[in-house]
Amino acid sequence: MSVASVFPRLEQLLPRVSKPIQYVGGELGAVVKPWESATVRWALMYPDAYEVGLPNQGVQILYEVLNERPDVLAERTYAVWPDLESLMREHGVPQFTVDAHRPVGAFDLFGVSFSTELGYTNLLTALDLAGIPLDSAERTDAHPIVVAGGHAAFNPEPIADFVDAAVLGDGEEAVLEITGIVRDWKAEGSPGGRDEVLLRLARTESVYVPRFYDVDYLPDGRIQRVVPNRPGVPFRVHKRTTTDLDQWPYPKKPLVPLAETVHERYAVEIFRGCTRGCRFCQAGMITRPVRERSIETVGQMVREGLKFSGFSEVGLLSLSSADHSEIGDICSGLAEQYEGTNVSLSLPSTRVDAFNVTLAQELSRNGRRTGLTFAPEGGSERIRRVINKMVSEEDLIRTVVTAYTNGWRQVKLYFMCGLPTETDADVLQIARLAHEVIRSGREASGSRDIRCTVSIGGFVPKPHTPFQWARMERPEVIDERLRQLKQAINGDRSLGRAIGYRYHDGEPSLIEGLLSRGDRRVGAVIRRVWEDGGRFDGWSEHFSYRRWVDAAAAVLPGYGVDLDWYTTREREQSEVLPWDHLDSGLDKDWLWQDWQDALGEYEQEDCRWTPCFDCGVCPSMDTEIQIGPTGRKLLPLTPVNSGLRVPV
Amino acid sequence: MVQRIRIRYAKRGPLRFTSHRDFARAFERAVRRAGVPIAYSQGFTPHPKISYASAAPTGTASEAEYLEIGVQTEVDPGDLVKALDAALSPGLDVLDAVVAGPGPGLADRIDASAWRIELPGVPTEAAAAAVAAFLATPEVPVERLTKQGRRSFDARGAVVRLTVGAGGTAGEAAGVPAPSEVTGVPCAILDLVVRQTNPAVRPDDVLSGLRVVADLEPPVPPRVTRLVQGTLTASGEIVDPLAADRDQVAIAER
Repeated sequence: MSVASVFPRLEQLLPRVSKPIQYVGGELGAVVKPWESATVRWALMYPDAYEVGLPNQGVQILYEVLNERPDVLAERTYAVWPDLESLMREHGVPQFTVDAHRPVGAFDLFGVSFSTELGYTNLLTALDLAGIPLDSAERTDAHPIVVAGGHAAFNPEPIADFVDAAVLGDGEEAVLEITGIVRDWKAEGSPGGRDEVLLRLARTESVYVPRFYDVDYLPDGRIQRVVPNRPGVPFRVHKRTTTDLDQWPYPKKPLVPLAETVHERYAVEIFRGCTRGCRFCQAGMITRPVRERSIETVGQMVREGLKFSGFSEVGLLSLSSADHSEIGDICSGLAEQYEGTNVSLSLPSTRVDAFNVTLAQELSRNGRRTGLTFAPEGGSERIRRVINKMVSEEDLIRTVVTAYTNGWRQVKLYFMCGLPTETDADVLQIARLAHEVIRSGREASGSRDIRCTVSIGGFVPKPHTPFQWARMERPEVIDERLRQLKQAINGDRSLGRAIGYRYHDGEPSLIEGLLSRGDRRVGAVIRRVWEDGGRFDGWSEHFSYRRWVDAAAAVLPGYGVDLDWYTTREREQSEVLPWDHLDSGLDKDWLWQDWQDALGEYEQEDCRWTPCFDCGVCPSMDTEIQIGPTGRKLLPLTPVNSGLRVPV
Repeated sequence: MVQRIRIRYAKRGPLRFTSHRDFARAFERAVRRAGVPIAYSQGFTPHPKISYASAAPTGTASEAEYLEIGVQTEVDPGDLVKALDAALSPGLDVLDAVVAGPGPGLADRIDASAWRIELPGVPTEAAAAAVAAFLATPEVPVERLTKQGRRSFDARGAVVRLTVGAGGTAGEAAGVPAPSEVTGVPCAILDLVVRQTNPAVRPDDVLSGLRVVADLEPPVPPRVTRLVQGTLTASGEIVDPLAADRDQVAIAER
């Protein structure tokens, strides 16, 4: 049975929408296989607009890993903008993949990668446009199995009604294992239908199938327990960890779009995981332990990735890139290779450290020194101890001064507002810090032509972090602190003139908080918001706080809870959290202890350089820290020529 | 820079939705992938030397788009065509390249375009009547949103020729790849030659004109392909803008 392309119908609509190229596909690196050639077919979605979703590394990696298998095909789909959505509804065009424009509903599996909870409403749009019932319970054997992944899948409870399964952790091996189970089940003639294949997936202990778990609540609204309702279904589902990243050098053939996207670069992940231990950082908690990619593999990936894609920018990605044990050699090696070419190198996510300026200097040999970014995250020494971001004010000033004296004109500083135990004074310290940055920078560089941008994000407590028990601050309080901060920055006209100030209002963070730590009851809120027109909640021009507040007020009292209960309420140690049955490897007692240490303003070291502090991940996941130095070199040592001459 | 090369390329099928900016980005990457020894501008932010002649609107297919590049070392145009075409997505196809000779630049060699407009679902007779009415009207004011805001201008004056083809089914217009995957739908086919004017009269302006004079309202969006661009001769032919360069090469080789 073949599946027809929807393109002939879609194409009639494209002249009427903005940026039609995003729906057309045709990227370099895209794979279109004959439908019949595959026994298992995946539609992969990043639930945001194409321009954001296309560069996503997770989707690109899984896309390539799956398509390398001869009997598997994977295609991609993204959230369509409201202009196209309404035309698709009017003309009966279903959610489609951009590769071969096949209807998503025809695939065996529909994998959706959630980096953020704000993509949940877009999942509902895609399901609905695909003709897949929103409720997992109403789906039949004819519908794809909907699988959630990505960081938000570490608490998929708010979307438990809408997905059939969720995978925690690294996807490379997990997708192949799921593919194998589905392949076997189909080969046997799909015995037992949908229920049976989900059961087989659940029994692996690494795929969470919400329907096989019952949630009981206490009279006060808290969860009493979450228990399996089928024999053979594990009490806890464990995250997946890909070890030895050198065995998984993806993406090898990065997708190169025709449409403009948020990142136009070849990105290589130089390591995965982080044990810096910043207490607000979910990524740093759920991706442990640290696993480095070797300098040789990084060099090879960059070389081949650039050759394949024609990109002129390389991003060396990780949660804290300067922490790679051979980062110095990687940077100088790449800088040497690409010196005199138009290739630029960047190192996002660096910590506050003068060493990083040295690295940045190496990387900017070819180009301009426009801006450097650092993330002290907290304005006062005290709050930085609470969040375990071990940066002293002295470090920060020394670092930015080094940057200014080495020719950088612009430094960007990231902070958070609304952190646990935070007071107005902690936030106002940001102004003092920014003033000091400019004062010292002017003095050291002898120039008044320097700038600093202060960028403030709202703190959102996340599952599987020491702050999972914390209360959120109310939006009014956040907004008032941000107003005071602005005033304080501009309090000194001369210094304030050189300081840019960017911030987000407290309201969207509160909703993100609801979705992050929500349980299954929050699903009804998501559905109501979606029915009320909620789309693209990660975009300020589409997000409506009012819509979420109204939906929460309409739905949650029926369960004896409300928006505040989920967000501004501190949890006790004994409370069963909605994600307790989902195992990130972190020991809950250790997390609680780290939460107590936060409140006591005690810092926690990094286990890469100090003895293990028993967070629990390595023994429970049977993994280990994989770091260098390997002592090897970036090969080859000869510079890369930009001009492969075409013979005359 | 030792050489300038003029290139003709096509925008086909689904990739006709590529905007000019999108194409320019893709072309720069293709230049890098193909290892073309492109020349760069001087200055703080060097840019590759690539300049474009008037580009077809987003959503319009084309068999005749032109650009010019500067290279640091001499290249063989034939090899360049192959290398660049392989480096671009199928649907953005490099068709021809010649070494630029002396004489007027590309832009000065282009003052007219020939377009094919497919109107699926429009009977040939209805199209013919509308075309006749259009041609019989000395001036057909139409409106379009331009960068300067809504503008009203004449869509008739710039039209050198407008004929209704034999009709038939979409996707089999003589010798031209179909701009879409839709085939087998009966449709009228218009052949249009337009002189370059300011503001430029584009095929959709002529279609607006047909609506104005004869209420011609295509049931689905028309599919438009630019077939030729070049210099309009007195006899109404359009001369390939690369022809002069090609002739010089031929003379030099003799």
